[in-house]
Amino acid sequence: MSNIPDELRYTKSHEWVRREEDGTLTVGITDHAQGLLGDLVFVETPEAEDTFSSGDDCAVIESVKAASDVYCPVDGEVIEGNEALADAPETINHDAYGDGWIFKLKPEDGGAFDELMGHEEYAEIVAEEDH
Amino acid sequence: MKKTALHDLHVSLNARMVDFGGWDMPINYGSQIDEHHFIRKDAGMFDVSHMTIVDMKGDKVKAFLQKLLANDVARLKDAGKALYSCMLNEQGGVIDDLITYYINDTFYRTVVNASTREKDLAWINKQAEAFGVEITERDDYAMIAVQGPNARAKAHQALGNDAEEKLGDMKPFFIREYGDSYVARTGYTGEDGYEIMLPEKDASALWTRLLEADVKPCGLGARDTLRLEAGMNLYGSDMDETISPLECGLNWTVAWEPVERDFIGRTAITKQKEQGAKNKLVGLVLQGKGVIRNHQKVVVDGLADGEVTSGSFSPTLSQAIAFARVPKETGDKCKIEMRGKQIDALVVKPPFVRNGKSCL
Repeated sequence: MSNIPDELRYTKSHEWVRREEDGTLTVGITDHAQGLLGDLVFVETPEAEDTFSSGDDCAVIESVKAASDVYCPVDGEVIEGNEALADAPETINHDAYGDGWIFKLKPEDGGAFDELMGHEEYAEIVAEEDH
Repeated sequence: MKKTALHDLHVSLNARMVDFGGWDMPINYGSQIDEHHFIRKDAGMFDVSHMTIVDMKGDKVKAFLQKLLANDVARLKDAGKALYSCMLNEQGGVIDDLITYYINDTFYRTVVNASTREKDLAWINKQAEAFGVEITERDDYAMIAVQGPNARAKAHQALGNDAEEKLGDMKPFFIREYGDSYVARTGYTGEDGYEIMLPEKDASALWTRLLEADVKPCGLGARDTLRLEAGMNLYGSDMDETISPLECGLNWTVAWEPVERDFIGRTAITKQKEQGAKNKLVGLVLQGKGVIRNHQKVVVDGLADGEVTSGSFSPTLSQAIAFARVPKETGDKCKIEMRGKQIDALVVKPPFVRNGKSCL
């Protein structure tokens, strides 16, 4: 069973989102998603000041098995991409919710985070996929 | 889905299981890259019981195989010797690639792919009739491949007290009977090792003893990157019934001599050889970031487009590598169309890696 922390919000496309104290958002892919992809070998993160709408593809992660886009969970401007992933993409496999974060975002609308899915709803999506 | 005799053990080892041609097989036990390195540096094992073992017996079995296969079993002079060959259709296309073991003058054993089992058995049986050869599928056997520089020493430990003495002097590409099992010094990784065929009922016990001898379980994900690095073709990706051995880098497996040997497909591929095959199979090494994927387009200046037949990431070289079918005039550079961009790649002659070392 994959790890789905209570305090995070989620998207159907398997991103997780954490709201930091200053209102910025940190985004990564879930433990379930990294498990499906298998060993990651390349990560292309967005750059600071890139702006995206909710649902835009903003990062690429590639495993031995497949390439996958990462989608922006809400409208906003990128503050920072996790450059450490370029040399150590496997960090996402080992620590999807910690050092494996992919980018930090300044949301256009501070309330957008609250509209995202909670952990229980996301757990249902994962459970359905596992069948 | 079909399950091998080791299925429960894979599940208990937390393997991620996938549908592999109708078989529920382990793709990895955590990390396919770690598993790849175990085999390059030490010893790992695969459950390959899904592969099809076919015994062929009869007085005319040699003549039958000389008709059936593009390589010539007459090259097998010593009992136990193995031969890699293509089995062609009349048009010269590859029905399957397989290994044939010469057990004795009236008994050969072949191992064919799992994904081609039905059509292979139908074809083999059809051709066997005229030679009175008896064809028996050995689905009562399990098969475990133990591969890596330390694989044989560890396998001896797991097989039994007399294994070192009875198997230690066996040369590469030979098979030998050992108790109720057959042990072959063959594999699909570019490393030394064994493929062990044994009664299904004994498979779990051997697997467990191999684990105790510190042989790491490895999934079919690692098997694919290992064989690609080793320059070994995968049926269904690198060749199929529309591709001749000349267009998939397997010219070396065709025995053209003696000219009077009339194997199936000979007429068609002889014509192709005289006219020159349009395409060739080459190795590619990506010069940028990303992973090469099957079916991506290969662009060569002034020539027709080629296609990636097997693309992946090489854990040993830490860069993307591939096989691709390209026009025969292709030189040492090309571009691969990946996710909307053209990325430079070097054209090389496989293998990429042998016995743990880069060949580039």
